[in-house]
Amino acid sequence: MRVALFITCINDALYPRTGRAVVTLLERLGVEVGFPAAQSCCGQPQFNTGYHSEAAPLARRYADAFHGYDHVVVPSGSCAAMVRDNYPRIDEEATREAVAGTYELTEFLVDVLGVTDVGAYYPHTVTYHPTCHGLRMLGLGDRPRRLLQAVKGLRLVELEGAEECCGFGGTFAVKNPDVSAAMGADKARHIEETDAETVCTVDNSCLMHIGGTLSRRGSATRPVHIAEILAGTEEAPL
Amino acid sequence: MSGTYLGMPSFPKAAAASTRDMRLRGNLRHATGTIRAKRAQAVSELGDWDGLRSAGAALKDRTLRHLDRYLVQLESAVTAAGGQVHWARDAEEANRIVTDLVRETGETDVVKVKSMATQEIGLNDALAKAGISAYETDLAELIVQLGDDLPSHILVPAIHRNRDQIRDIFRERMGDWGRAAPRGLSDDPSELAEAARLHLREKFLDAKVGISGANFMVAETGTLVVVESEGNGRMCLTLPETLISVVGIEKTVPTWQDLEVFLQTLPRSSTAERMNPYTSTWTGTTDEDGPSVFHLVLLDNGRTDALADTVGRQALRCIRCSACLNVCPVYERAGGHAYGSAYPGPIGAILTPQLRGVQSELDASLPYASSLCGACYEVCPVAIDIPEVLVHLRERVSEGGTVSVRGRKTTIEPAKGHAAERAVMRAARWAFDHPRALRTGQRLASRARRLTPRRLPLPGPGRAWSDSRDLPRPAPESFRDWWRRTRGEEAPAEGRLEGGDG
Ligand code: SF4
Repeated sequence: MRVALFITCINDALYPRTGRAVVTLLERLGVEVGFPAAQSCCGQPQFNTGYHSEAAPLARRYADAFHGYDHVVVPSGSCAAMVRDNYPRIDEEATREAVAGTYELTEFLVDVLGVTDVGAYYPHTVTYHPTCHGLRMLGLGDRPRRLLQAVKGLRLVELEGAEECCGFGGTFAVKNPDVSAAMGADKARHIEETDAETVCTVDNSCLMHIGGTLSRRGSATRPVHIAEILAGTEEAPL
Repeated sequence: MSGTYLGMPSFPKAAAASTRDMRLRGNLRHATGTIRAKRAQAVSELGDWDGLRSAGAALKDRTLRHLDRYLVQLESAVTAAGGQVHWARDAEEANRIVTDLVRETGETDVVKVKSMATQEIGLNDALAKAGISAYETDLAELIVQLGDDLPSHILVPAIHRNRDQIRDIFRERMGDWGRAAPRGLSDDPSELAEAARLHLREKFLDAKVGISGANFMVAETGTLVVVESEGNGRMCLTLPETLISVVGIEKTVPTWQDLEVFLQTLPRSSTAERMNPYTSTWTGTTDEDGPSVFHLVLLDNGRTDALADTVGRQALRCIRCSACLNVCPVYERAGGHAYGSAYPGPIGAILTPQLRGVQSELDASLPYASSLCGACYEVCPVAIDIPEVLVHLRERVSEGGTVSVRGRKTTIEPAKGHAAERAVMRAARWAFDHPRALRTGQRLASRARRLTPRRLPLPGPGRAWSDSRDLPRPAPESFRDWWRRTRGEEAPAEGRLEGGDG
């Protein structure tokens, strides 16, 4: 099985720890991973803002960069959804193979590798925010929660209004700053009410918005990508 | 607020004000939160919800594909049943037809049952200009009218008002329009409802002309259908001598049997009821029963143009249940007025720019009034992929393209004010398409990371972000660099990307 990592632009520049955690985790599970250097952004900002002609070359670049691998694993729900939902709308023929092989990380673990207990250790209270793209476009269902529940030492606490959007929405956060901030504030308040030490998601872009809001409010809760939780073990806590 | 949506500011500007209105936010949070939970319960009772949903979507799609045929069938059925059919190309024409029809009766007062189509065309204003007073008889619509306000929700037009506010409006304004509110009226819901009932009863008994909309029009028999909760519609449809129904052409269904699906999905999606209290149907005229004169005004007003758009046309499936508004986190914070049309919320964000075009600043901003979270698509009983249409319309705004305007193919330019954004998107795409340049940029950013502030002092998109959130800092070493340092460079899998990266 040849598995390639797709480390999205936000992960690459702002949250490289997430990518490193994915490498640690997958290699611990016996997967051989590659990182094709020709990869770049999935084109989501361009596509979702309406610049479809700008997104097209990036979609084709993606298909080329990952050509020849059995699977592509992405630690980002929204980028996986971009590839699976929107690439066929951009260029179905050129991207068909890449689209079929692309998995969000938790999907890959549960559906392809068939594991829910990845041998992780994380002795903290955690609350989980199911991001919109993971929840509704990819239909991740309870996969992330099942993975979290199997983590040793981890206590998972419920988040009120969990399924409501955090207000990020890519360029939405910039184009509609007031509504976005109002949504973010409500999300942050619900997170604070859980008293969790950590809030986790499958998407660093949402975490950037949630984390930025929590930080501005002086909250103690830390935003952490699910890969980082799953990568830590008792011998090598992350 | 005056009775028109014309000249309203763009969505973000209007929303900036409404997000700060804590009373409005409270009213909306309470109202939408309650209905949301009830709807989920009502829907979960049906084992075949998904089947009904796809059946509804398929039915509407098929009807829309052959709409020309069904409309002709509808016209002849209505005519055969003693009604008269009028075709209105746009708002102006529809308003003129209705005004002339009312004038012919010699009346200056009409009663109305809530109708989105007449809101859309601004009929009340047009009638007022002709010296005709139109009285809204839906409770929420009455509150809006007395308050000199605009509707802000499809089903509950006065959702932005709470009981206190309604009591004040009734006390202060009812007397100007007819029977005044009883002395000492409190904010008790049953007292408020009774005050409205007494006020409206006079109107119903006096009215010689009624104006309505319709939820459905059955082509095979020429029957119109109104689904409602209060019974005011039934009064408007039966007591007056003349009935004028103004209905969008997309409300057509081929047969009575088709109603089976929608009469299950509509009430559950809108009011979370298994069945709505009143379903009224009327077919032409009947001797000595109900109105003796019946006019049907079939409204286009941009609908055939929407129909010409293969992605956007799904918006015409909408059965106006308002479920998408009630789940929308953006609607909940911004309120319905910010959408600047009779159709607020997610459906408004995709319907209005299709009906009116994307030329005005407001209409061009509507497709962006969403975080694309997809909650609206999930609840829509006719499975309209609202996020798909939003993104499609964003392309129309930012890149222009070919659209149908009054039935003619026309090429439109990108909307104004998008040049800077286009440049940014293009530059970003260029960088992403040249990973080597991207890496250089990332390294520079990493080196300067300590200089990156958490808040930005200057105006611009970054400022909008950092007004409420701390900015993330670039990492000291990107993943790409870490991989290369620890694992070495990996060649493109089969060398298909020549020269992409060094
Ligand atoms: S778009 Fe769908 S959910 Fe929204 S009002 Fe129309 S039918 Fe209801």
